[in-house]
Amino acid sequence: MSQPIEFHPSFAERSRAAVNDPNLRKSFRGAMDFLQAKRRAQFPDADELARLRDLGSAIRRHALANLPELLQQLEAKLTANGVIVHWAETPAEANAIVLDIARRREAKRMVKGKSMVSEECGLNHAMEAAGVEALETDMGEYIVQLAGEGPSHIIMPAIHKTKQEIARLFERKLPGVAYTENVDELIRIGRQVLRKKFAAADIGLSGVNFAVAETGTLFLVENEGNGRMCTTVPRVHVAITGIEKVVAKLEHVAVLNSLLPRSATGQPVETYQNFITGPRKPDELDGPDEVHLILLDNGRTQAYADLQLRATLQCIRCGACMNHCPVYARIGGHAYGTVYPGPIGAIVSPHLLGLESTYPLAFASTLCGACAEVCPVRIPIVDILIRLRTEAQARPEAAHLRGSGSARTGKVSAIWRAWSLVYSRLRLYRIATWFLSRGRALSPTEQGAWTRCRTPLVPASKRLRDLMRERRR
Amino acid sequence: MSARANILARLTAAPRGEPVPLPDLTEWRSAASQGDAAIRVARFWTNIGAAHAEVHDTDPDAWPDLLCRLAAEKGVRRMLIGTGAPSAERLTASAAGRLELVRYERLAHDWKDEMFDGIDAGFSPVKSAIADTGSLVLWPDAGAPRLLSLVPPIHFALLDASRIHADLRSAMIAERWADGMPTNALVVSGPSKTADIQQTLAYGAHGPRELVVLLVKS
Repeated sequence: MSQPIEFHPSFAERSRAAVNDPNLRKSFRGAMDFLQAKRRAQFPDADELARLRDLGSAIRRHALANLPELLQQLEAKLTANGVIVHWAETPAEANAIVLDIARRREAKRMVKGKSMVSEECGLNHAMEAAGVEALETDMGEYIVQLAGEGPSHIIMPAIHKTKQEIARLFERKLPGVAYTENVDELIRIGRQVLRKKFAAADIGLSGVNFAVAETGTLFLVENEGNGRMCTTVPRVHVAITGIEKVVAKLEHVAVLNSLLPRSATGQPVETYQNFITGPRKPDELDGPDEVHLILLDNGRTQAYADLQLRATLQCIRCGACMNHCPVYARIGGHAYGTVYPGPIGAIVSPHLLGLESTYPLAFASTLCGACAEVCPVRIPIVDILIRLRTEAQARPEAAHLRGSGSARTGKVSAIWRAWSLVYSRLRLYRIATWFLSRGRALSPTEQGAWTRCRTPLVPASKRLRDLMRERRR
Repeated sequence: MSARANILARLTAAPRGEPVPLPDLTEWRSAASQGDAAIRVARFWTNIGAAHAEVHDTDPDAWPDLLCRLAAEKGVRRMLIGTGAPSAERLTASAAGRLELVRYERLAHDWKDEMFDGIDAGFSPVKSAIADTGSLVLWPDAGAPRLLSLVPPIHFALLDASRIHADLRSAMIAERWADGMPTNALVVSGPSKTADIQQTLAYGAHGPRELVVLLVKS
């Protein structure tokens, strides 16, 4: 028998390499233990946590149930506040909108706050290709950009790097900087470099944590102050987000942001909660003259169209699922090969990229359920993983998603066809099981992926009907 | 068809599913948000202190002098204040001979380099505060611009102790935020920080490395 699932070779290779990298294993294990303990300490009262998760889930489900109306309300409110709203179906469209703004303003330098949606779009590449510098300013993002990498965690992008590696990176890449492992000193170096960039930037780009339909407010959280710099100092602020990030009421933000930092990094609150409700007013002395919001689809409407998969869009991007995932803790973020790693990455990525390239991620799970247990908005991640596995094996007539059925192979299909043929004909079934139970000595000892870490499957020596017959005697 | 029309068409064509009622938050109070004004002051102090901010008790008459003394002790030579700074005259008198007060009265773009390199501290009033998370609510306007609390390495904030709410939602409701948001409301819970290098906490990432709260009790 062949292996039922043919893992995407590059994912398998990347995971194998990660599992065999002791430094990476140590970085992630240490970081995950640290983040798990910090989260636990933030929720001492299990009842309060349960109530809060119920509310958080209800707020997100309410927003999704009314998504088309809320998006239009958000657009109307933002427009009335003086914010320019754009819609993009694909990353290419989103990048073109940003480039168009940059060209119109003759912008050469863009500073960026943390935005996973901009990673999703590959925005930095698109900007650099058009001659606009796109500089990451979150310390972790700055470090991975300097190293020519992508983030390995959605909240802590440089989690895979040790301070020694960062010290060597700064020494190599930054002129006049000497090797130092002192973290305060490393941060001071980053601060000095980036302060000049903030002052000189033409455009600031940011993500959005929640967009409030009621007031037309973009809510952003951060600890460093780079997000505020990006959204306040340059003359133009461009915010980019997925269409699912809207909530109905301003007060909903208070509940969700009680869950977000505690679930994400185990801190009671972020240093800065930034409520942006419009560009600089004529009498104000700072803030951007222009504020844009780009609403990106990129496959989210596919998840939305299916009532079970719609729950994927409840996500508030805290990263708790990856912090508690035994697979993520061992292979790290880069092995996934997608912008969003971990359990949330496994259930979001198929809509963004198609199931054909991402279905192995749904199988790279023990289904232990730790992710769903910590999810602050109660996304049934395990059910969705199983559903995606089913979709990956779906017959063409039962396909719901882009890339459904891509895990099906000719061999597996043939086995299932033979199985259903035998199972639906009683005489054939009796004959087949008679031969199998009598011929069990002929069972192959090599059974593909199954026997890589398990003993071979061998039919029983007596069929159930044989056992029943003996018993009746 | 435009991207907007296509996206909305796909969303509208999707099955509606079970209706979800608007969540009722009236019963929701975070576990820690009970208690009277004195408890709120104490909780605010503990929580913002845990986030590495300094808090000083003062009164309506003494704060200008305290502010200037603290600033001078921290080596501040030039402190940025908004044109709407409270008690400007007394503040000027207290600053005399100790430090220079720089008034924020020009468009930021016209003096960015000076603001980024030549200012040691910023002073801003605070609208209110939040006990539960130890946070300051800033409501910037022409007289108290946004960058006062961000660009200078030290941020001094003036808070009236009677304006401390239990939690963020209570502040939103009591102050009717949804009826009129400023261009950039802010909730600040300590000095700028990062733990992006090996989860080691460092202060003064991009914003102020020190946050000093003057807590005014009448």
